[in-house]
Amino acid sequence: MIPELGHYALVLALALGLIQSVIPVIGARGHDSALMRLGSSTALMQFFFVGLSFLALTISYVTSDFSVASAFENSHSMMPLIYKITSVWGNHEGSMLLWVLILSLFGALVAAFGGNLPATLKANVLAVQSWIASAFYLFILLTSNPFRRLAQAPAEGRDLNPILQDIGLAIHPPLLYLGYVGFSIAFSFAIAALIEGRIDAAWARWVRPWTLAAWTFLTVGIAMGSYWAYYTLGWGGFWFWDPVENASLMPWLAGTALLHSAVVMEKRNALKVWTILLAILAFSLSLIGTFLVRSGVLTSVHAFASDPTRGVFILIILVGFIGGGLALFAWRASTLKQGGLFAPVSREGALVFNNLFLTTACLTVFVGTLYPLALESLAGEKISVGAPFFNLTFGPLFLVLMALMPFGPLLAWKRGNILGVAQRLMAAYAVGIVALAVAFAVESTQSVLAPFGVGLAFYVMAGAVVDLVERTGLFRMPLGIVARRAAGLPRSTWGTAVAHFGIAVTLLGIIGAGTWGVERIVALKPSQTVSLADYDLTFDGMMSRSGPNYSEQAAKFTVKTGGETIGIMQPSKRNFIARDTSTNEAALMTRGAGQLYLSLGDTNPDGSIAVRLYYKPLVMLIWLGAIIMMVGGGLSLSDRRLRVGAPKPAKKPAIKPTLQPAE
Amino acid sequence: MRGLAAIGLFVALLGAGAAHAVTPDEMLKEPALEARARALSSELRCMVCQNQSIDDSEAPLAKDLRLLVRERLTQGDSDRQVMNFLVARYGNFVLLKPPFEWQTLLLWGLPPVALIAGLIGLIVVARRRPTLAVEPQALDGEEQRKLAALSKAGD
Repeated sequence: MIPELGHYALVLALALGLIQSVIPVIGARGHDSALMRLGSSTALMQFFFVGLSFLALTISYVTSDFSVASAFENSHSMMPLIYKITSVWGNHEGSMLLWVLILSLFGALVAAFGGNLPATLKANVLAVQSWIASAFYLFILLTSNPFRRLAQAPAEGRDLNPILQDIGLAIHPPLLYLGYVGFSIAFSFAIAALIEGRIDAAWARWVRPWTLAAWTFLTVGIAMGSYWAYYTLGWGGFWFWDPVENASLMPWLAGTALLHSAVVMEKRNALKVWTILLAILAFSLSLIGTFLVRSGVLTSVHAFASDPTRGVFILIILVGFIGGGLALFAWRASTLKQGGLFAPVSREGALVFNNLFLTTACLTVFVGTLYPLALESLAGEKISVGAPFFNLTFGPLFLVLMALMPFGPLLAWKRGNILGVAQRLMAAYAVGIVALAVAFAVESTQSVLAPFGVGLAFYVMAGAVVDLVERTGLFRMPLGIVARRAAGLPRSTWGTAVAHFGIAVTLLGIIGAGTWGVERIVALKPSQTVSLADYDLTFDGMMSRSGPNYSEQAAKFTVKTGGETIGIMQPSKRNFIARDTSTNEAALMTRGAGQLYLSLGDTNPDGSIAVRLYYKPLVMLIWLGAIIMMVGGGLSLSDRRLRVGAPKPAKKPAIKPTLQPAE
Repeated sequence: MRGLAAIGLFVALLGAGAAHAVTPDEMLKEPALEARARALSSELRCMVCQNQSIDDSEAPLAKDLRLLVRERLTQGDSDRQVMNFLVARYGNFVLLKPPFEWQTLLLWGLPPVALIAGLIGLIVVARRRPTLAVEPQALDGEEQRKLAALSKAGD
């Protein structure tokens, strides 16, 4: 009964979606406020029904109702409750349901908090949002129904893939989807603006918080996925340039570019056409990512060809929205009027430069990801594009971008003085050079380039601090005035500085872990000791343990440094009963910003066990940097300016300190 | 594979239970040679895996290739010779960084061309548009009069 209710709720959501796709547009055309208002109610109801549907599926999983096919294939009655819940989206059908849940959530948020949007814009935005939602409801109902029943309910489920039985599954996909799907709002706003043929600075002000929120979620989502891969895969890598990763990186790059160009549009009413294009592209890349991951095209072009139902359906959605969006853009973009003028050397110019580099970086990832697929299907030729390609092409682009980053916020709008900015950054160069010298002196043996990277990272961090120092007048004025200026500084300025600081922290982590990591691969017998960097690890022996749905062989290591015991590490190998598959659980010990990382290999006939030991200095900075970027995004979001809708200034927000994007 | 690929995780496509790629018994005694072997391994694709280098993969094929690389190195091959040997045997598919040839022209060419075209485009636009690069012009007589009138009104 419950699965049928869930199924029915989804059908109702589709019906509502179809209504919302048409009526508000008609209302907007004829300026009929009743028809336009309908969109808000249907958006809220859509979210309610999709939520209900999702809840029904979750109940089926939690109660181990294996008559539901997807629960049978992906769940097990002995799994801990948390994994019963997360396994709802640990499979194709359920994850698509999560996708539309988040899509309808964003639609509902626009309906609820878009009170001061112009009525026609709001109606059109909700309609476009509903086009996307309806297409995906149809996709789920026709090709990927999560509520499909089995005629004979099996007694036990097949269990969730053991690799996914991890807290990472609870965190990573929802955050990633909040980011990816969040860009749909920017897309809907862009399409609505093109339909209306009207766009102004107020438009950018409404779009920016949504983009910012999506970007913030995507940033942490990607970072959490990276950390998950790092500790799960057993060789301590944190980014593999895998197509699935690239699928999430592309919207991030386009979204980052959008975030910056929207600033120009909001402040200076320039770059309108470009901003609209980026809004379309960011979500298009999210759709392409969904296609890549869902269609099976990545496994092989042939796997896609052998069962193309889903792939072709998504491809149609893809072509419809991306093609339609771009065609509308080509047709209507010329109606948008050019805005404010600016000199090449100016804040606007810097942001244009930022956009050029980010979009080129995005293009590089795009080409690298899709080229092998295209070449194979067109020429039948197989090539591989992996990490070495991306490091060589993407790396330099991003480094140049970062080297120029501190200049941007310091340049004045309209016309900037590059020499003046260069002088104001003197302190940042000094910090960078000192860091470079120190890095050279301490560790120059591994790589000549790494110290320059360290120098760059510190220079960017210092640059972010310089920005704040300049604005608050620190060191130049009495502290009282500095404090008042700091408090009076817009939150988005703090956000910029913090986020820029964060990406430099991430860079530092990547360099540290990549260059100065120590790795040892040894076969150990009990009571043998290995030394790794400054640590001595003694293998005390193996022990057997059992968990709720697995049994495991754990190795116990005593970790000492300078003769003092600092802890115990227990990497293990788990065998999952239901699928008879095993996973490798690495043991981690955080020491400052670095980590000790142990993972087990095979047992040899002589009783020794193969162990991989790593010491990864600074590795935690990679994810800490992403968290800092998230804080920066949050600070910008809390900017009063973004909470205040353009037509209705002031009043309310001062009393309501809570976060309300695009109220 | 569907269940795996489904969620779009980094983890998923990299194969189940991946743990140990290089095992202690494979490693060469001489650290310099072993370091070269590791560096080469990270540039070579495990052909039965998805986007994994043979250095990272625990598939049997990857192990065979790792042993092969080490064998060639101990026989005195240069890095380039090892690579050429493997390409001759398995084709370009084995290289994680594809060579620059006509088939990969767009792959290597598009990003730099896009960057350069973008830069040129920006320069052209900046030149063509009457931007603020032009120094502010002096007010003409009419404007001077208006300004004077305004400032008088303000007094």
